[in-house]
Amino acid sequence: MTTARPPGHEEARPYVRPRDRWWFARRRSLAVFVLRELTSVLVAWTVAYLLLLLGAVADGTTERFAALAARPWMVALNVLALAATAFHAVTFLNLAPKATVVRLDGWRVPAWMIQGGNHTAWLAVSALLAYLVLRSS
Amino acid sequence: MRRRLEPYLWLLFSGGGVVAALTLPVLVLLFGVLMPLGVVAWPSAAHLRALVDAPLVRGAVVVALTLCLFHAAHRIRFTSEELLGLRRWDALVAVLCYGAAVAGGVTAITLLF
Amino acid sequence: MAAETIRLDVARYRPEEDAEPVLQSYEVPLRPDWAVLDGLAHIKDHLDGTLSFRWSCRMGICGSCGMDVDGEPRLTCGTFLAEYGAGPVRIEPLKGFPVIRDLVVDIDGFLAKLSSVRPWLVREGEEPPLTAEYAQTPAQLDAYKQYSMCINCMLCYSACPVYVLDPDFLGPAAIALAQRYNLDSRDMDDRFDVLNLEEAVWGCTFVGDCTRVCPKHVDPAEAIQRYKVTAALRSVLPWSGR
Ligand code: SF4
Ligand code: FES
Repeated sequence: MTTARPPGHEEARPYVRPRDRWWFARRRSLAVFVLRELTSVLVAWTVAYLLLLLGAVADGTTERFAALAARPWMVALNVLALAATAFHAVTFLNLAPKATVVRLDGWRVPAWMIQGGNHTAWLAVSALLAYLVLRSS
Repeated sequence: MRRRLEPYLWLLFSGGGVVAALTLPVLVLLFGVLMPLGVVAWPSAAHLRALVDAPLVRGAVVVALTLCLFHAAHRIRFTSEELLGLRRWDALVAVLCYGAAVAGGVTAITLLF
Repeated sequence: MAAETIRLDVARYRPEEDAEPVLQSYEVPLRPDWAVLDGLAHIKDHLDGTLSFRWSCRMGICGSCGMDVDGEPRLTCGTFLAEYGAGPVRIEPLKGFPVIRDLVVDIDGFLAKLSSVRPWLVREGEEPPLTAEYAQTPAQLDAYKQYSMCINCMLCYSACPVYVLDPDFLGPAAIALAQRYNLDSRDMDDRFDVLNLEEAVWGCTFVGDCTRVCPKHVDPAEAIQRYKVTAALRSVLPWSGR
């Protein structure tokens, strides 16, 4: 038997929204977040590509590797990987000051300084690696 | 104080994120785009071999690549769970992702040593 | 001259008759100084007294008027109708929480999370007189002040995909609140074991939307990242203090 209750005194029957499969498409910030996380797939690919290169260097089959690397689909994939790793670098280095609060004598080092330092380091490491690879060859 | 695995995985993820950010863009730019397109010439095989000749360099390459893989594994674990709703299968997803990273690290060791 | 009006599409959920929320439209006057909350009050007072929603201070302090306005979690007392041009404006209960009625959500889970981090000053081994004071320097106050500005409006939870997908996630405000006490020079508690969990700081993937929607600039995302560093260092260096 069900007794009618006055309004406001019904059995509580809270409504729980079903899982939203498309949550990342609802806001721009969420789409950017998912893109940022998905760069990791191409980070993994880049490591795999470098491992292939190292394997070719070890076996002395660099010619074959160069031919493979020049295939159009491979170049396209690596252009994508370049975009993804660069996007990863920018976002990752920019977010670093959130985790590292540096206080000097009670003064909090502003985020832009930490970010600037990170990007300078990125530039320096990139220049060094490029120099090592390209010199005298 | 109870120890958990998560902070260690997060440290590997963060370290890998830094290494990936600092090194991968220039490497893929050179070896993946500029050299295949002929913008800059491929270095000679001898030069490339000399680059990774020193044991210290080889060790560093193995560590760097493995860290990058752990970074990717950590993000792929969480993102796949968030996108596909696999949270309940976290243990399995985690084993697959980190396992793949370990496998990649072992591959790097066998290639270089 | 007919006064200008704007249409509000308001989510209604009456558990005794609705299986799920439905939108109901109301025309309310569009005044430059009216917040969304004023529009809702107009509905309740003049158009439909059965509409339920929470509010109190009308000045962004009590944290009870948070709703989803056109898909964004907002304090309705601080969001002006004029922002939405000609409208209509969609007003729904905060996403991620069970809906009790209309725009009223169940906050019990959130309150339990807040108290689980022991949000009070914990002192050990002393029995101070009631008149005792604990003076702090401005720098000591600065260390946690930002995290003490939280008004428990739950907008950050509603914006957080990790929480919405997994309601067990401790979530932004509760972790920021824990940090508010962790970073307080007077506090002697150790909240490591409630924070160093997969459902606590390690569940966070640093989406950052909590910080974006927070009306009080608490920056909960930063609080979580900072505790990740603390917890990681403590896990590696067992002798390091808190
Ligand atoms: S942290 Fe900000 S958004 Fe979250 S409950 Fe507190 S005031 Fe609201
Ligand atoms: S009514 Fe108090 S915060 Fe909006």
